Amino acid sequence: MATHEFAAQAHAHAAPQGFIRKWIFSLDHKVIGLQYFFLALTAVLVGMFLSLLMRIHLIWPTVPLPLLGEIKPETYLSLLTMHGTIMVFFVLTTAPQGGFGNYFLPIQIGAPDMAFPVLNMLSFWTTFLGFVVLLAAFFVTGGAPLHGWTGYAPLSALQSAGPGEGLGADLWIISIAIFCIGALMGALNFITTTLDMRAKGMTMMRMPLTCWAWFITAILGLLAFGVLLSAGILLLMDRNLGTSFFVPLVTVNGQLTGHKGGSPLLWQHLFWFFGHPEVYIAILPAMGLCSQLLSVFSRKPIFGYKAMVYAMLSIGFLGFMVWGHHMFMSGMSPYTAFAFSIMTMAIGVPSAIKTFNWLGTLWRGKLRFTSPMLFAIGFVSLFVTGGISGPFLAQPVLDIYLHETYFVIAHFHLIMGVASIFGIFAATYYWFPKMFGRMMNETLGKLHFWLTFVGAYAIFMPMHYYGMAAGLRRYSQGTEVAWIQHLLPLQKFITIAAFVTIASQFIFVFNLFWSMKKGKKASDNPWEATTLEWTTATPPPHDNFGGKTPVVRNGPYEYSVPGASRDFVMQSDEEIKKKH
Amino acid sequence: MATIATTATINWVAPDYATRLRRSRLGLLVALTPVLMLFVSFTSAYVVRQGLPTLDPRTNQLVRDWIPVKLPILLLVNTGVLVLSSAGMELARRQIKNAAQAGATSSTAEVSFNDEGKMPWLGITIVLGLSFLFGQWMAWKQLAANGFYVATTPSSSFVYLLTGAHAVHLMGGVVALLLAGVFALLRRPVTTRSIVVDVTAWYWHFMAALWVYILCLLEFAR
Repeated sequence: MATHEFAAQAHAHAAPQGFIRKWIFSLDHKVIGLQYFFLALTAVLVGMFLSLLMRIHLIWPTVPLPLLGEIKPETYLSLLTMHGTIMVFFVLTTAPQGGFGNYFLPIQIGAPDMAFPVLNMLSFWTTFLGFVVLLAAFFVTGGAPLHGWTGYAPLSALQSAGPGEGLGADLWIISIAIFCIGALMGALNFITTTLDMRAKGMTMMRMPLTCWAWFITAILGLLAFGVLLSAGILLLMDRNLGTSFFVPLVTVNGQLTGHKGGSPLLWQHLFWFFGHPEVYIAILPAMGLCSQLLSVFSRKPIFGYKAMVYAMLSIGFLGFMVWGHHMFMSGMSPYTAFAFSIMTMAIGVPSAIKTFNWLGTLWRGKLRFTSPMLFAIGFVSLFVTGGISGPFLAQPVLDIYLHETYFVIAHFHLIMGVASIFGIFAATYYWFPKMFGRMMNETLGKLHFWLTFVGAYAIFMPMHYYGMAAGLRRYSQGTEVAWIQHLLPLQKFITIAAFVTIASQFIFVFNLFWSMKKGKKASDNPWEATTLEWTTATPPPHDNFGGKTPVVRNGPYEYSVPGASRDFVMQSDEEIKKKH
Repeated sequence: MATIATTATINWVAPDYATRLRRSRLGLLVALTPVLMLFVSFTSAYVVRQGLPTLDPRTNQLVRDWIPVKLPILLLVNTGVLVLSSAGMELARRQIKNAAQAGATSSTAEVSFNDEGKMPWLGITIVLGLSFLFGQWMAWKQLAANGFYVATTPSSSFVYLLTGAHAVHLMGGVVALLLAGVFALLRRPVTTRSIVVDVTAWYWHFMAALWVYILCLLEFAR
């Protein structure tokens, strides 16, 4: 049966009752959104655990750990690879887009479901399979790969290059390929749904900025994941069929490998053509969400709605023009490097527009410092702090010094990792009442915010200094390197901060599950927000609006409207007659 | 001046045939984008790899290891078969679309590939599609017989890569057409089958055009 017909029938009839069809192989975008969310939650716990092991190893490299024993340098590199891969693909890409996007995009545009529900279900289960295949790499002979999440050839292309580069690396590539297919199916659904299923009156320029962010993110995914998939296929062929796409004439342990003529730089170009847009795939949904939350909790319209839309489009477009800034160390022509440098700097313009618009939204607002609002403000802070080091690295002459240091680690963790994670936290606190019908505990939420906010800065600010002082990344045993001995106390401080920050995440996990059962019952619109998800029941019915479709008459950010009987006008309320 | 009114809603109605068709076509258009990106990416790798020299360890000189592959003539025959199948696909699409428009009010209207008095274009397309795939397999065997295996030279690697990737995508189209046939046997509404065939037809045409592009690349940019 065609997917659209399935959708039509699914909503013309009662919701499926059986456990399997309702919760496992569900076609309901809300259930699929929750599945993505819990997959990402599982993945982030695994990824966090791996980072903890890395931090321990960096300080006490020879200390045996319970059950695991002593972590060897090659194991450290495997941890590094798997941490990066899990976090980038199965957390930062999965939760904001697959999770919250799936759940709320149809509701926010007034649709009963995604355009292709069967494809949506397949998308989730494909992603899930990708995660299982990735984790399987830990348990095969040789263990997980050690080539880093960027999988640079020829290290990643030769089975004999090291432990983990055998079956473990094959599983890593296959996992990424499976993930790409799942992500592409998801992107297809997001774009078609946004373009073709908006409710009456929901013009593109009346869409909440969250929807714009998911839409643009889907376009980026559509263009980027196909390229990563192609690179993965070529890599698999190099590894298993003896081709030489990426492997030059090279010896391993003094023996010629049989490959010749391939280009490691070709891999880097293909990978980063995907890799840089991936940064925006991770952070754009958070930008959209934080725009939304700053408006809701400032009780003011978003400052410069159209500018926000065009800024996101510009960021998405420029994101495809700058991949070479990851390759300044590759020996590229200075002229090419200059072009990539200028384009990278140019991204600062739309980014600054967004930042000033966020501040403009907060300015003179009636601020409500709820947990989601705190995380949204935290996002802005981290976006600025993490982003400001971008122009440093965008300059080839500085990047040559900083590239192999912890400065880069600190930069991308703040901007891509922690800022995006703050977006995910903000989304969770904000939409939890709609998803589960109860409020999360505010006291625990605020405690979680402050510990995480201070903790994140305590980890990553010193890391910048460690990098500037020539603290090299990927070194598993910095304790043995003479010129960074004096920086060891800094590394210890970072590790302690990481311990505290990771421990504080269990406050969030506890709050999440406790509130599902014991949280205060939520009303349909507890935040007094304007977008369509707050017009329907909590949690939303199977077809989102109970056999109805909303008619949209207003923009998404009508707060403190002069003359209105309350300080917000919902999108489906009577049209506001504005004075010009 | 603004006032607050009751939230406005209208009754939800299931999408009609035209809406479903439009949505499915849009979905296909979106779905073709990553396929295009995949082959654009392969093409860029082809161009880059073609220009790369390699070090000859015996002479310590940079040499080219790209040996142009003489493509089997069979590929031209296969191309003809695929173009014919594309024509058959178009006729099948129009045939079932007419039936769907005529029977949009009757959900049990029947059109299948063995309808009496009508050319079984869908069946013909499937047969031609499978013939193309078989022909590609035979072309691979001819390449191997001539000493060109996957890893013989980077050019042969690309021949196998591009033809293989294209074949996998075309197999997806064959599966979709078989699905439309199964729908006919299961007496699913003609509108549903029409949409499946319509979308697959556009996909099929895209695959035919893509194959012509691949063949030109392999032949004229050797």
